[in-house]
Amino acid sequence: MSPIPLRIDSVVKRFGEVTAVAGISLDVQERTCLGLLGPNGAGKSTLIRSIAGRIRLDSGSIQVFGQPADSAAARAELGWAPQELALYPLLTCRENLEAFGQYQGLRGKALRGAIQWCIGWAALADRADATVKSLSGGMRRRVNMAAGLIHRPRLVLLDEPTAGVDPQARNRIFEMVEALRSEGTTVIYTTHYMEEAERLCDRIAIVDHGKVIALGSKEELVAQSFGGRSDVLMRFASNVQNGAEWAASRGGTVEDGVGHFSVERPTDIAGLLDAAARDGLEVIDVTLRRPNLESVFLQLTGRGLRP
Amino acid sequence: MIAVIVRTGFKALRRDRGAFLLSFILPIAFFSIFATIMGGMGSSGTARVSVLVVDEDRTAVSERLVRGLRREPSLAATTAPEAKKGQPAPPEYTAATAEAAVKQGVAPAALIIPQGFGANPVAFGPQTGRQPIRILHDSSDPVAAQVVAGLLQKVVMTSLPDTMAGVGMKYFDQASGGLTAEQRKDIESNLSKFHDQMEQRDQEGSAPAADSANNAGGLVAVDIRDVVGENKRSPMVAFSAAGIGVMFLLFTASASAGSLLSEAECGALDRILSARVSMTTLLAGKMTYCTLLAFLQLTLMFLWGAAVFHLELFTHLPGFLLMTAATSFAVASFGMLLATVSRTRGQQAAISTLLILTMSAIGGSMFPRFLMPEAMKTVGLFTFNAWAIDGYTKVFWRDEPVSHLAPQVAVLIGSGMVLFLIARRFARKWEYQ
Repeated sequence: MSPIPLRIDSVVKRFGEVTAVAGISLDVQERTCLGLLGPNGAGKSTLIRSIAGRIRLDSGSIQVFGQPADSAAARAELGWAPQELALYPLLTCRENLEAFGQYQGLRGKALRGAIQWCIGWAALADRADATVKSLSGGMRRRVNMAAGLIHRPRLVLLDEPTAGVDPQARNRIFEMVEALRSEGTTVIYTTHYMEEAERLCDRIAIVDHGKVIALGSKEELVAQSFGGRSDVLMRFASNVQNGAEWAASRGGTVEDGVGHFSVERPTDIAGLLDAAARDGLEVIDVTLRRPNLESVFLQLTGRGLRP
Repeated sequence: MIAVIVRTGFKALRRDRGAFLLSFILPIAFFSIFATIMGGMGSSGTARVSVLVVDEDRTAVSERLVRGLRREPSLAATTAPEAKKGQPAPPEYTAATAEAAVKQGVAPAALIIPQGFGANPVAFGPQTGRQPIRILHDSSDPVAAQVVAGLLQKVVMTSLPDTMAGVGMKYFDQASGGLTAEQRKDIESNLSKFHDQMEQRDQEGSAPAADSANNAGGLVAVDIRDVVGENKRSPMVAFSAAGIGVMFLLFTASASAGSLLSEAECGALDRILSARVSMTTLLAGKMTYCTLLAFLQLTLMFLWGAAVFHLELFTHLPGFLLMTAATSFAVASFGMLLATVSRTRGQQAAISTLLILTMSAIGGSMFPRFLMPEAMKTVGLFTFNAWAIDGYTKVFWRDEPVSHLAPQVAVLIGSGMVLFLIARRFARKWEYQ
């Protein structure tokens, strides 16, 4: 039996007083796409860089296809598109791909073939000979991804690949990731956008304070956090003064004039509306919503701003 | 509103260490360096002109002149090479060995007192029919020969006043239609006493009155000859190319090595190191790139010098290639060290500007080292500029063989290797976190 693409075992990494990763263990099976979600400073990037072999762990181990993450064998199997645009801005797309391909040991025909594949995969044919500096933000992101994958690794780390790009470019990146998945590549995908994780990932790990606090498919995570309950969003009229107290007395919260409640069954919404009418609160809009990944995320990590 | 803008500006400046350094530290550093070079840190700092003295005449007059030259505070006159520890004193300079020493750069000038000088040392009129004192000089120091010639006239006046008086009386005797026997006897008696006083003063070693420097108008015949640059078409071009070239090389190497910091800041370094590239390989690659870039830059500069300023590049190719390779390697290692020591590109830019301008000032890129005080010359030896300029001067100016470049090449390559090893050590911060 071939080793699994990624095995993270009790990994701990501290930076001075701060524990960035506090004992994470995780297995990623072949051909899956694992989404890593977490608030800023949760430890996602440290975990990604640890997998890429760029961080010396305080304890624990990471294996890529059975090899230590910082070994040459693991590096050959792993591709990494960092969050930053890790490119040479004054070189063209083709020249960047050529350089990063050579850093991965590709030469001659293999290199030329890999560059062609990257240009096609990232839809860069029209601008292949333009300098990276002259490209749009979306195109730069695509070159950044292509440069990390030029050696066709079996495990790919994509660290917020859609940060700061427009919806069209984002959609193109989704298609690129889906193309990778259809070829059987295992993908680790970090993002702040829940809909991206819902669309692309089979499994999702929510990371906070250096730990995985939830792991499973979207449905499993929703079921773990909310069971069969649904969200009710109730917008109050602007003259309502005591909405927050009223919502709190019924287990809800109010944010920007909208009450958030959780109900066991959809029909329970009628009771809420009756109570509001009885207490003289004018309700102008009601929405019944099945909890989604964002609900789970906020439920687990809290609504408060992180420092 | 203006106050807010001013306050904001000062707050930002205070937190930008690089800008702070360039605004306040660099001007003070430069002011101090140039003030020291110009002798502003005390009168004792002024450089003495080295001169090798050869006495072919060996008469009492010539020996007194030699003693006078040795006593002259503005000259460092020597008659023989310095004895090495534990070895017998070397023989005194001859005209030939002094000329060779000037060509090798031991001193910028040699003064040869010819045979027959003592018989007819000074003249107040035309200098015909007399053996002139020869000054052999190296015109890479354009000041030395003039200073030596001027001071020679002064020393003649202060060391041989009796001789001058005697010659003066001869002129008077001829011009006045002849002295009486009694007058001549009195004068000769007084001149003899004067001569004895001078001899006694010489024996006691007391300094002559130093008030006649303003009358240095050709008492002794002097023949000045450039023994190093006499056949050169453009004497100072090589010096300029080396001095300016090395300074800009340091800037270029610093900027190109700084790409390491840019790559670290944008994450490219992480990506490269997560591929099949080790830190040592990466640094070696950057070092090679910086060295080649510096080599091309210097080559271009010297080619330009050859094309436009008649620099004799193609007749000195081996020495040029060796010096250029060594200099390029050294400055590249300096750039690598700066890049690895600095935390940000901005910090590196500020530190490199400060260091490079300082090194260039004391190393001779901006101001010839031969005009600097001795202490400053010694400090200059801690810069690449000084060693590179010395090496190029040997190649283009003194026409020395390639083997004579060994000290310069050894220092440049050796210190380059040491700096590279230190840079490798500092680069560990990027290897793993």
